[in-house]
Amino acid sequence: MEAANSFKPLVDVRAGEKVVVKELRGGRGFIARVASLGLIPGTEVEVVRNPGHGPIIIRVKGSYLALGRGEAAKVLVNLA
Amino acid sequence: MSCHQPLKSEEITPQTGEKVLRVALAGQPNVGKSTIFNMLTGLSQHVGNWPGKTVEKKSGRCRYRNYLMDIVDLPGTYSLTANSIEERIARDYIVQERPDVVVAIVNAATLERSLYLLAELLLLPSPVVLGLNMMDVAEQQGYRIDAQILQAKLGIPVVPMVASKNQGVKELLDAVIGLVEGLIPYNPRQPEIKEAHKPILEKLRELMDGLVPEPYPLDWVAIKLLEGDSELTELVKGWVDEDKWGEISALLKGHEDAILDIAGGRYEWIRKLVRAAVEEPRMGPISLTERLDQVATHPLWGLVVMALVLGVIFWLTYTIGSPIQSWLEGSVVASLAKWASSWLSSWGAPAWFHGLVIDGIIGGIGTVLSFFPILAVFFAVFGLLEDMGYLARAAYVMDRFMHWMGLHGKSFLPLFMGFGCNVPAVMGSRIIEEERARLLTIFLTPFVPCSARMAVLVFLAPVFFGERAFLVSWGLILINLAILAAVGKVVNLLFFKGERLPFIMELPLYHLPNLRTIGLEVWHRVAAFLKKAGTVILAVSVVVWALSYWPTGSIEGSFLARVGVILEPLGRLAGLDSRMVLALLTSFVAKENAVATLGVLYGAGEEALASALQDAVSPRTGFAFLVMEMLFIPCVATVSAIRQEVGSWRWTFLVIGFYLILSFVAGILVYRFPL
Repeated sequence: MEAANSFKPLVDVRAGEKVVVKELRGGRGFIARVASLGLIPGTEVEVVRNPGHGPIIIRVKGSYLALGRGEAAKVLVNLA
Repeated sequence: MSCHQPLKSEEITPQTGEKVLRVALAGQPNVGKSTIFNMLTGLSQHVGNWPGKTVEKKSGRCRYRNYLMDIVDLPGTYSLTANSIEERIARDYIVQERPDVVVAIVNAATLERSLYLLAELLLLPSPVVLGLNMMDVAEQQGYRIDAQILQAKLGIPVVPMVASKNQGVKELLDAVIGLVEGLIPYNPRQPEIKEAHKPILEKLRELMDGLVPEPYPLDWVAIKLLEGDSELTELVKGWVDEDKWGEISALLKGHEDAILDIAGGRYEWIRKLVRAAVEEPRMGPISLTERLDQVATHPLWGLVVMALVLGVIFWLTYTIGSPIQSWLEGSVVASLAKWASSWLSSWGAPAWFHGLVIDGIIGGIGTVLSFFPILAVFFAVFGLLEDMGYLARAAYVMDRFMHWMGLHGKSFLPLFMGFGCNVPAVMGSRIIEEERARLLTIFLTPFVPCSARMAVLVFLAPVFFGERAFLVSWGLILINLAILAAVGKVVNLLFFKGERLPFIMELPLYHLPNLRTIGLEVWHRVAAFLKKAGTVILAVSVVVWALSYWPTGSIEGSFLARVGVILEPLGRLAGLDSRMVLALLTSFVAKENAVATLGVLYGAGEEALASALQDAVSPRTGFAFLVMEMLFIPCVATVSAIRQEVGSWRWTFLVIGFYLILSFVAGILVYRFPL
């Protein structure tokens, strides 16, 4: 079992890297929303764009999502 | 294609022996749902709002075999939680209206994601038919989907479709009828909740058994309660007594994470279906979407692409829209006026009646008509970009700049459109799903100087400032945009406490647009504008004409002039005399009227007006006047569009009041404190 503090926020993952969602932070509203878009713990995610400022783009379950940096910070991931 | 007939709106009553079926169309955004809706209903569509909501409601009818289908297009949603108005509307409709069949559309190319909504729909009482749309896009991506296996595993009818090519639409209707007539078996398999929460769900069901009123299904209520759904939680509180609620909430406490298990269970269910029915691509060649997005979402090149796209939109508007516009004005409206004028003279009509018909009514019709080509081109291009999937990319690229003002990335496009005309900008703001950002975008749109205000600027700036006209004009535009940003920021801080709008947006796969869908969309938008805003514009045009005519028969001694006199002390603070105040007031009908009114009041034609104004008005006053003209109440067409989009007169008057006050304050400030 990995320690929770070894996870890093999705916002810090560089473009081209594939990671697995481990934990979602934030309220139920946020969690329900990203879950309906395919982001739940255990899902593999590829970061497509992360320019270091402004929203990032990820690929999840065959579709592309743009996430604001605040939202991406609440998704904790681990290298796949 | 005669498999089904989209109906014209006049022939929508059921014929003898015909059965009426109520069908609801559900689906996530970007699954081609509106294309299917348009295929089915065509011109029989009725576009309005959901009762008490600002969300658009589309319904229409379709006659097929022995049935008349009443089709309601539910808002596109990713799930059915209480988190957004759209999701509430969709689920309330199914729970309360119980349509005979729910048609769930999914995108075959993003099957795993889009089946999530189906998992939620199966919990609701209406039977579901699954439309597996965009099979062609899925095939391009390398997916092989076996619809029959999917049907067997799901226990509900599954119809493969390529709606954009009209494939599978007839089969979809056959499946709907087959289901209703009991010819197709219906044994839906529901997703299961993970082990850890099964006993809790069971307990919730027991606790509420017999207490959940019609039309709510007990199982659905129990699941939603466990999900932590805010709306259902409140409802259940009202249904059960305090002791019972104590038990329920004690049970729910400690399971706040249940939503993840429920969602996880749904995705596991989807995973099993997909594993059985879909052959997934091996690492194939780079897809079209990937290739295009290497440029379209690039931080720098993305901006360049967007600038080009915007350039093309403006170019198209002016090369297609403007000639039609001037033809409408020059030929149609002018000859109508001429014909009416000679007819009125031969009939011996009094001068006031002549004025009313020519200046009030025909002038008003001319104003309404002049928007028609611009709107049609804007909506066509906008619809094209949206349908192809580009609009989301532009929003992505601009979000960095927009969210600072509490706006959404999508706000940029309508705001930018405002440079051409504020009317399509206001109407285009409906692409923004978040209500807060949509309202703020509409509120800020009038700051964007439209081409009519630019025309006034181009005429008057050289009069007041000679060679420095270009610099001054440029400065005036920058002032407007700076105020736009500042007001956006302040509203965001004051009313939304600087809270950043969450930005979560799907970037759909690029695909070929469906021209029929876009065409119908353009038709409905333009028709709605002509009908709703058109009446307001015409009425205001007639009223303003009457005010500027009576009681003396000329604008100088008119009621409008008296209003000008009342406002004059205020105008004087900004250096304006009553004539300039009056010019501002008439610019309410159309921005370019400011110049015409000045011409009448200074007793000069447009050529002579320049020198007359040069003699009478100092550059300092001229500057204050231009600042006010640029910030004044948006024209009546824009105001009507705002009313149409926001659906509230109170809000509309708030906008009018705000811009009225702001323009006077700004005019007074620049006059009193010249640089």
